[in-house]
Amino acid sequence: MSRRRSEWDSVSGMPLCEPARQALLAAIDAGWADPARLYREGRQARLLLDAARESLAASIGCRADEIRFTPSSAAARQQALLGLVSSRAGLGPVVTSAIEHSSILLAAESTGLPRVDIGVDSAGRVDLPAMLAAGVNAAAVALQAANGEVGTLQPVREAGEALSAHGVPLACDASALAGHGAIPAGWSTLAVAPETFGGPRGVGILAVRTGARWRSPESAEDTAWVPLAASAAIAMETALQRNLQHGERLRAIIGRIRHAATSTIEDVYAAGDPIGRLPHVLTLTCMYVDGETLVRELDAQGFAVTSGSACVSDSLRPSHVLAAMGVLTHGNIRIGLPWDVADEEVDRFLALLPRIVSQARGRLGA
Amino acid sequence: MNETLVDARGKRCPAPIIALAQASRELPPGTYVVLLSDDPGADTDVPAWCRLKGVDYLGTRAVDDGAGTGYVVRLPQ
Repeated sequence: MSRRRSEWDSVSGMPLCEPARQALLAAIDAGWADPARLYREGRQARLLLDAARESLAASIGCRADEIRFTPSSAAARQQALLGLVSSRAGLGPVVTSAIEHSSILLAAESTGLPRVDIGVDSAGRVDLPAMLAAGVNAAAVALQAANGEVGTLQPVREAGEALSAHGVPLACDASALAGHGAIPAGWSTLAVAPETFGGPRGVGILAVRTGARWRSPESAEDTAWVPLAASAAIAMETALQRNLQHGERLRAIIGRIRHAATSTIEDVYAAGDPIGRLPHVLTLTCMYVDGETLVRELDAQGFAVTSGSACVSDSLRPSHVLAAMGVLTHGNIRIGLPWDVADEEVDRFLALLPRIVSQARGRLGA
Repeated sequence: MNETLVDARGKRCPAPIIALAQASRELPPGTYVVLLSDDPGADTDVPAWCRLKGVDYLGTRAVDDGAGTGYVVRLPQ
């Protein structure tokens, strides 16, 4: 008998939740047409697309005409920043937190403009005074709502309000937070990733505040395959409900794993702010082991987790997030709990982890 | 200054840190240890390990013969 897998990498992606799957299938039949066409089938697709916009706007806290669709969540993240920069070129450097998603750091680099990376404290929270000092003269500032590796929440509202007083826009990558917590105010652009809350891949959500100086990149269409947009909107509504029902439970489970792993196994540390964090995310670092071994051993035992350790990344460089925090970068695993995680799974994980760590250490002669 | 060299070049994480930890268990208190490593993770991991273990991290120095970096630490007295 095969045991149910524990898919604990929800930050990378989750299976399509049932309401989103049904919305997708229904919209494939009803919304296949080009929503720009004037005939009935086109108008029907248009209605579905507009309904998706309205729903997402209500979920996010903005207007329907501020919602754009991109071909992917990665494109949403990039356009959130690049669209601001391209309309404000020459107005100063591009300021980013040091722990933005690597695609945003690469996008900032690609502008060719001067860059300022703002450091974080050991809990992964951005140095807000430093960000504002650099930001008041910037073309644009990128600050994520929460970090997807360690879960730490960022002071987006405070940063956005202060920057806006100087006319500087803030691009907020909400791809780890959206669907799992309240989206803060203060952003000029906002990127959301449906696959991180039970929605489909192949569509990203980009919100652009009315009045923000944002320019769409050449050849970027503000449209998506209607079924994907419809599915993403339903996924967001479902996620908000599930958050209300399960968010506190997940938060407590992460707290339990944090405490148990660090107190029962020698030289294991939890990264990120224990309080100001996402409810469902945790990175543990285990000294004297390598992340790849941990991931493989846990996979063999039915747990799908990921790692930011160098041995697991393509570049052999360690996680830039952990490095920026000044914490240990080897031997880490990142957990992203799904809403339906069972207590028995957590019990099993906590019983397994000490053995896996000590066997790995033994093999390395540690 | 009396230094002990621990050459972990050619080894990938976490082997350099394991070598450093082993040296710290075997050497007398107050010893200056220079860990030689060419692993990209060492830049962050050596200072982090030092902080967690109460070992003084004294910075880096260039390596004379070949690639890599020397990370200088002083074991607690």
